[in-house]
Parts: sequence; C-alpha cells; structure tokens
Amino acid sequence: MTGFGGWDMPVEYPALGGIIAEHMAVRTAAGLFDVSHMGNILLQPAGQHGGALAAVQYISMNDASQLAIGQAQYSALLYPEGTFVDDVLVHRTGEDEYLLVVNAGTHEKDLRWVRTNTAGFPCIVRDLSNSLAQLAIQGPRAAEVLQPLTDVDLGEVKSYWFTWGSVCGLPRVMIARTGYTGEDGFEIYVPSEASWPQTIWNRILESGKILGLLPCGLGARNTLRLEACMALYGHEISESINVWEARLERFCRMDKGDFIGRAALERARTAGVRRVLAGLEMLDRGIARDDYKICDQAGAQIGYVTSGSPAPFLKKNIALAYLPPEHSAIGQIVFVEVRGQRLRAQVVPTPFYKRPRQ
Amino acid sequence: MAYPANLRYTKDHEWVRISGDIATFGISDYAQRELGDIVFVELPKVGAKIAVGQVFGSVESVKAVSEIYAPASGEVVEVNSPLRDAPEKINQDPHGAAWLIKVRLSSPAEINALMDAAAYEAYVAEKPEEASA
Repeated sequence: MTGFGGWDMPVEYPALGGIIAEHMAVRTAAGLFDVSHMGNILLQPAGQHGGALAAVQYISMNDASQLAIGQAQYSALLYPEGTFVDDVLVHRTGEDEYLLVVNAGTHEKDLRWVRTNTAGFPCIVRDLSNSLAQLAIQGPRAAEVLQPLTDVDLGEVKSYWFTWGSVCGLPRVMIARTGYTGEDGFEIYVPSEASWPQTIWNRILESGKILGLLPCGLGARNTLRLEACMALYGHEISESINVWEARLERFCRMDKGDFIGRAALERARTAGVRRVLAGLEMLDRGIARDDYKICDQAGAQIGYVTSGSPAPFLKKNIALAYLPPEHSAIGQIVFVEVRGQRLRAQVVPTPFYKRPRQ
Repeated sequence: MAYPANLRYTKDHEWVRISGDIATFGISDYAQRELGDIVFVELPKVGAKIAVGQVFGSVESVKAVSEIYAPASGEVVEVNSPLRDAPEKINQDPHGAAWLIKVRLSSPAEINALMDAAAYEAYVAEKPEEASA
C-alpha cells in the first residue's frame, strides 16, 4: 500500500501476480481498479436554464456544447496562462447538468477553482466525491465480465458514452465506457453507502475470475496509461505546461467562444512552442525514469523525462519527455542521463500502444 | 521466511556467503519481495574493486531502482552474467541461483559486522509490510 493524494492505495497485488501480471491481464483479458479516489464535481443550473453549460464552457477547453446527454469528453481546466489546473472528463448527465471527473491529487484545488470561476454564472456546484465510489473494469473482456452483473446492454454503450442501470441489483448506477488504460472498458460510479462498493468489487472479481480478471493497483495503472500515452497530472501536464506543448490541441476548441486561458493560448500559438511532448524508446540497455535529464550529443541538457518505465506489454523501456521542437522529430536520437551514464534513446511515434480494432 | 543460516546479512538486505577468501554477494528474499518483478540488473565487471558500504550495482523493478551496497571490500572475480537476460531469477531464487557477484575479500574481518540469520529475521520482522494487499 502507498499514500496517494491523501488516499491509501495498493501499488500492486503481489499475491495474485504483481504489476506485470496485472498489466498483461488488462491487455489480454481484464483488470479491475478501485479508482474511488477520483473527484466528482457536479454542475447544475441555478434557476436559469443554460447556466451550467455556460459555466463549463468558460472553465474548460473542449466544447461541451457538442455533448449529447449520455456523452463524455476529455477536456481540461486551464489557468489564464493556458496551462493546466487539471485534466478532466466532462459528462453531460442531464439537460443542463455536467459531471466533471477529476484527479484525486488535485481534487481540493479543482473544487476551489470551479467554485471561484463559475461564481459569475447561474449555476450550482456540488462536490459528490465522498458519496461516489468508482470502479474501472478495463480490457478486451471487460464487457464479458460486467454484462452478467448489469441489466444494461453494454453493446449499446459506445466509447465515451455512458448510461445508468442496475449493477448487482443496485439501481441507477452510472456506467461509462471510459478508462485510463488504452483498452476497451467501463468505469462505474457506485454510491458509497452501506457496503455497496465492496459488494460490487467482490462480485466483479468473482464474475471475472474465470475470464482471467485480476485486481490491479497503481503500478499497473501507470504502466498501462504510459503505453497508451495518456497524460498524468504533475508529469505531462501541470501548471507550468501549456496545451500546445502537451500536444493536446485536439481537445482544445479555440473557436467555441471565450474560456479561461484562451487569450494566452492564442498568443502562445503565434509565438510558437519552445518545447513539445515526445515519445522515447530506449536504444541502449537501461530504463529512463521520471525527471531524468535528457542531453544532446555534446552533453548539454535539452529536456527531461516526464514519465518513464519499462513497458510490460511492449517489452521495451519507454518514456514521455519534453524536448525542443528541433530535437523532437521521429527518429531523432537523444541521450538520457541514467545515474551518471548517458544512454541513447530514440523519438518514436505515439501512442506507443494502440489497441487492436475489433 | 527462514533465512539460510549459512549466510550473513546487511541492513540494506544484501547477503554474503563465505568460502575461504571468496565471498558471494546477493540480495535477500525481503529485498526481492519489496521490489516486485525485477526487470533489470546492473553489475560491475570482473576485476572491479569495490569498497564496503559503497554502491556496486543496481537492481530495478518496474516501479523502482534499488542500489546495491557492498557488504565487504574486495575485487570482483566472477559475475553472474545470465542474470542480465533473466533478471526475474532474482525473484525466483534470491539466495541461491541468483547470486550477483563473487569477490576476493581484501578485509575479511568486515564480515564480522554483519547480522546472522536469526538477527536478520528479527530485523525484517520489525519492518512495516509495504506490499501486503
């Protein structure tokens, strides 16, 4: 167990296999994660219809007006500088109602940010984090694991859409086809009352055992999202990194209207980026890890690793890193400083891993 | 776990087996369990001189790097090279087949400072279980 954002979380389940086994289970069968530490912020209208949407549009960079009820989008809350408060999944849960799912480590900050910056809009902000537990079932067999436990026809729930149904007999559970692993999968939002989360956790483990489902901890969560090139706050995105540097422009809709950070992003776009996120694969024998320095041939530092680790499925040592644009072309060789040695790495296309299309 | 009685142990979870003036070094079962799946090992070359208490190599799991400290001083006379391509052996047989290096000791008396199996067992029993899920 380890501390994470104020929560006591398992890094792995050694008795059942450990990080590598968990990682491989998600890529080949299914894995079950307790992600109840995530924050859940609900925006509702206050009287006037449309207040919640207006508020969401102002505080986030993607275009929430494109969402149908039951649809979700990856987005981010930005500072006026165009840098990241947090990344977020915006779910349209009602006519004018939006659920923002945010990171555990930034939950308090995000809540304060949302409350402060939506104060000018006719909307109500509710923190549902303590009343919602969240479980993620991820992997090619995720639907097979979950289907016997729910009355929802999971085949009807498309990627980045969600619905409500009963799970293990508990009604009105939100089931979303989202995740943080690069695989198909579901995230279910269970009221944290009575012992429903534990009951459902145990029933899922039971149902999935025969299909190869393993419970998974933070260690596998990190290696999976890294292979899939999904950002982790504090690493690829932070308060000092902007949207263009992080290469998340496809989630930023500059044409949707004004939002916090838009003006700065416009200026930054004109000025050009000084660094950009790139994917690396180690060529020399060794593992690049978070915060390791990256140098050019002459030994001068040109960048740093944001996240680095062995990739259990790809069987390579991979990393995400910030590099100057002129050093970020595919095929570029750079040198990672690993405990005093300079090891060669190569810029490769991202994502490192893309799940096979069924 | 009952730690082999013929080995001596350090506070950093290395073990030593003595045979005349040649000592074999490895990392203990406690260390491999704490690390998890070992994916990489870095060892010195034959002929390298190592000094007691200094880093002579490293062992890496998916999530962490762990440096290995020399239990005693000497010159490396043999390296367990097959570990390079099969680092998981350290998880499987940490006290036996997955020895790391053999050293000709320069100050054999340094071994007297190390714990015996009973003392080491008591020492690790006091440690909080890191991965007990």
